[in-house]
Order: sequence, then C-alpha cells, then structure tokens
Amino acid sequence: MFGQTTSADGILVNEVTAQAPVKKKSSLWYDAWKRLKRDKIAVASVIIVGLYALIGLLSALGIVAADWNQEVGPSYAAPFENWDYILGTDIFGRSVITKVIHGTQIAMSVGLVSSLIAIPIGVGLGAIAGYFGGKVDEVIVWFYTTVSSIPGIMLLMSIAFILGKGITTVYIALGLTSWVGLCRLIRGEVMKHKNREYVQAADAIGAGHTRKLLKHILPNVTHIVIINTSLQFQVAIKSEVILSYIGLGVSGQPSWGTMIDDAKLELARGVWWQLAGATVAMFLVVLAFNILGDALRDALDPKLKGKS
Amino acid sequence: MNSSVNYIIRRLLYLIPVLLGVCALIFLLFNVVAGDPTALLLGKHASVEQMAELREQLGLNKSLFAQYLDVVKSAFTFDFGRSWSTKQQISSMIMQGAIPSLTLSIPAFIISTFTSIIFAVIVAYYRGKGIDLFIRVTCIAMMSISSLVYILVFQNVLAFQLGLFEISGYEYGFPNFLYYVSLPIIIWIVLSLGPDIRFYRTIILDEIYQDYVRTARAKGLSEKVILFKHVLRNAMIPILTYTVVQLPFLLLGALLLESFFAIPGLGGMTITALNSSDFPVLKAITILSAVAYIIFTLIQDILYTLVDPRVKLQ
Repeated sequence: MFGQTTSADGILVNEVTAQAPVKKKSSLWYDAWKRLKRDKIAVASVIIVGLYALIGLLSALGIVAADWNQEVGPSYAAPFENWDYILGTDIFGRSVITKVIHGTQIAMSVGLVSSLIAIPIGVGLGAIAGYFGGKVDEVIVWFYTTVSSIPGIMLLMSIAFILGKGITTVYIALGLTSWVGLCRLIRGEVMKHKNREYVQAADAIGAGHTRKLLKHILPNVTHIVIINTSLQFQVAIKSEVILSYIGLGVSGQPSWGTMIDDAKLELARGVWWQLAGATVAMFLVVLAFNILGDALRDALDPKLKGKS
Repeated sequence: MNSSVNYIIRRLLYLIPVLLGVCALIFLLFNVVAGDPTALLLGKHASVEQMAELREQLGLNKSLFAQYLDVVKSAFTFDFGRSWSTKQQISSMIMQGAIPSLTLSIPAFIISTFTSIIFAVIVAYYRGKGIDLFIRVTCIAMMSISSLVYILVFQNVLAFQLGLFEISGYEYGFPNFLYYVSLPIIIWIVLSLGPDIRFYRTIILDEIYQDYVRTARAKGLSEKVILFKHVLRNAMIPILTYTVVQLPFLLLGALLLESFFAIPGLGGMTITALNSSDFPVLKAITILSAVAYIIFTLIQDILYTLVDPRVKLQ
C-alpha cells in the first residue's frame, strides 16, 4: 500500500516477506491508525469532524437547511421558546439553527477548497525544489520567501479586496496564502528522502525522475500533507470570520462569519443567540481539527511526540 | 568570525531579490489584477475625458514596467503618493498612525510575552502531569474561538454593560491614552496566550530533551536548577529571535482591535482604506509591512548566528 512494501527495505526484504506467511498487516498507515485509535479524544475529534462534514454535505445537496432564507417566526425571537426555531431567529425572522447548519456547509467548503488549492501548489513546488535542488530550488525558495515576506493578513486582505466580495474570493484568497508552510515542509522532507537507499534502489532498476518522485518519495511524505490539512481547515474557518468582518467574506448566504459579524449590532440589543450559535458550532469543529492535527502528528510522526 | 561576516554580507545581498520579488507581487496584485480603478473612483457617469485625465494623474498610463519601477521606488523612499479618500500624503498619515498603534501594541506585547513564558515554564516543569494537560487543553480551547468573538464579548460586557472601559475617543499623550488602550491590551493578551504558551512550551521542551540536560541530571542537579540555570538560558535564544520577528507587526498594531476601539492607528487605517477602496493606502501599508518584515527577519537571522555559536554558517 502506498509503495511502502517495495520501498523502505529494498528488494531483498521483499523476497523474504513474500515467502513467509504474512502474520499481521503492518504499514505506516495501519500503525498510525492503531496509535490514533488508542487516543479517545482523537477518536472523538474524528467523529466530530465526520459529523460536520456530513452536515455540510447534506446542506450542499439541499437535503437540510435548504430553507434558510425563509421567514419562520418574528424578528429576533428568543431561543428555546419554539421548536420550529429552537435557537431563535435573526432580524428577518429566519431560524438561527438553520443558518448555523448552512454555515457548516460554508465553513467545511472553505476549508476543503482552500486546501485543494494550497496542496497542489505547496506539494508540487516543495517536491520539485527538494528533489532537483540547485537553481530550481533557489528560484522556488526565492518565490516562497517573497510570498511569505508580505504578512499573511495583509496578503489575504489585499487578494480578497482585489478579487471582490464573495465565496469564490474567500476560497482563492485563503488557498493562495496558505501553501508556503506546506511547501517548506515538503521541500525539507523530500531533500532528506532523495538520497535514501530505497530511492537509490529505484534508480538502480532504472526509474526516472518522475517515477522516483511520484511513486517512491511522495508517498513517504504524504503524512505531512494530512497533518497540514487538518490545521489548514481550522485556519480557513477562522479566517472566514475575519474576512466577513472587514466586508470581504461570503455574501448572499449565511456563514458563521457573517452571523458573528451581525452580532456587532445585535449584542447591544441583548440579542446573543446568533453569536452563540455560530461560536459554539465553530468552537467544536475548530477544537476537533486542532486536537486531530496534534494527534495525527503524534500518530504519523512519532519522533515528534510530546512536543507542542 | 570571518565566516559570520561572509554570511551577513550574503544575507544582505539576498535582500535585493526578495524586495524586488515583493514589489513584483504587489505590483501584480494592485496594478495588473486589480484593473482600472478610475471607473470606481469617478462613479458610473464619468466621461471618457475625465477618466483619461485621472489615469494621467495617477500615473496609470505609463508602461507597466514604469509602474513597477514606481512600486520599487516607493519601497525605498516611502513616498507613496496621496490617499484617494483623504487626499493627505500617505507617508505622513503613516507617521501619525504609528504612535497610537505602538501605544497599544508595545505594552500588550511585553505583558503577553512575559505571561506566556511564565506559563510555558510552569507547564514544562510539570510536563505530563495534570496541570500541564489542563493548561494545554485550555490553550487549544481558547484558540478555537474566533478573535472577533473575544472582542465583541469583552467590549459588550466590560465596556457597555459594566462601563469599566472607554471604547472610543482616543487621546494622545501619556497617561491619557491608557484609558483607551487598556481594554484592547487585555483582549490582545487573552488572544495571544493560547498560541504563545504552546509555542514557548515547545521551545523549552526542545531543550529539555537535549543531551546536556541528561548530563546535568546525571550529576545530580535538581530539576529546578536544570530548568532555570540550563534550559531557560538556552531557550532564550529561540525565544529572543522569535520575538524579534514579531516586532514589525507591532507597528501595524491590531487590525480588528484598533477598528473596534476607534484607535487612530495603522490597523484601523487599513480597515478604513479597505472599506473606502483606498488603493494607494492599502498598497502602501502592504509594502511597508513587507519591508519591515524583511528587515526584522534579517535581524533575526543575524542575531541567531551571532548569539548561538552552534549554528553553522553557510
């Protein structure tokens, strides 16, 4: 699986294992899963993230919360008074719980799409720089040094400002500002791997650059991408709120950011339920991603265990 | 020492391509992708002549290369032209804005750094025990709430409902400004405790697992002596260099806090510029923050090589 059996110990070991009956399945991913399973809080985090993903998916398919725009009660109805809108209503009499659910869709999609933009850039550039080294490496290092020299929040705001308001902007701005960290990590890791014996072995049997990089080295650095994605989700979800406050966020549909932003005016009138609903929903999933990120790092990269 | 000098010279020379790159990126964003701002400035009913005239004024009919050179020039001279909305010189707006920003960010930064280091030392000392777990969990939980929520709730409860703090009307001069920055400072500290404690804890634990600590323990030193006399001293190097890179952000203040508490600093100015589509101001602050960041990372790198003899120079 993932090129592990052919790589780490070379050809000789493969022959040995091929003869002996395989007693127990053991790979990086299997071991990592076993380690992760032992950590009850990490398992709870996986469940929470899965639940949010499911809610987001159902909302995206229009099965739940499709009617978020409907007036279901009076303006600013308090929570826990009516089962139809258990978390109360907003200024237009729309149900807060429905908006929170629709916000889940936005939050998860912001995390997902920004990761889908950042991962190819970060992994692609990082792998090329680390593998080929020399001039190519210098150019790529220069490029990401340049990008990271503009403070993240300024770059994020500038890109969002120039592209204009809307959810596509949020995707692109977050994607384009969050690949540098991943790129650095992948570059360093690929540099370490490219001179290892398994890559030399692949070279000896005539594998080209593309094959060595894609088939042999990249599967061995995938864990970095996974750890990074877990953290990318929570950064993206939190950034969406900031973008909403400065008026560059999602428009035309509710998100946790716009709900928290609405609270600017609502709190003074004693309306706290939109803020509370969005904050609690966000707190749970961001906490889960935070814990999951740490747990994944401990499980996939045990050398780092106990640090941070 | 010779290799240090060599390194510093090479590091200084590297500033040039990075600065040119940053300028290219900003130019690409603001001059190429952003398109023609004249329609936005003059409204829908502008005549073609008016737009052409404005383009001339703003230097937008120059060749792209000349426009790029303008960006590079502004990064060195800090002459960013005039704001579109206030018509003031941007450089003087920035000079004015820096002081209120610093009155907020310097005390907040000093207090939060010291508090975080103290907590991190406690956590590292009791590592693996209940108190370590408790503080770590609290940190992650605190980081999982949006900063906007902290600002909204603190402002609403402490300022509006209890009336303990001022929320607008910033005044210059000591000690007047303290009335207006104390609540933002408190919020700043609360916001930075989570990530900072975690970060400093990692640094200290990195040291605790070093060989010299094992040696110290083997010769019978107490955990306290090891922590304060050996570990903390060595950990000061990464702590120091980390705090140096934070310094340029102090100038920028805190975007959201300044905007919420009507502090006339650079952060608030940035948000205002965003809301009024004030391209030159936004561009100027982006350039300025990048230049400050580049200079302070340079200082960090040099400090690191000078302070820590273990760092190999290449």
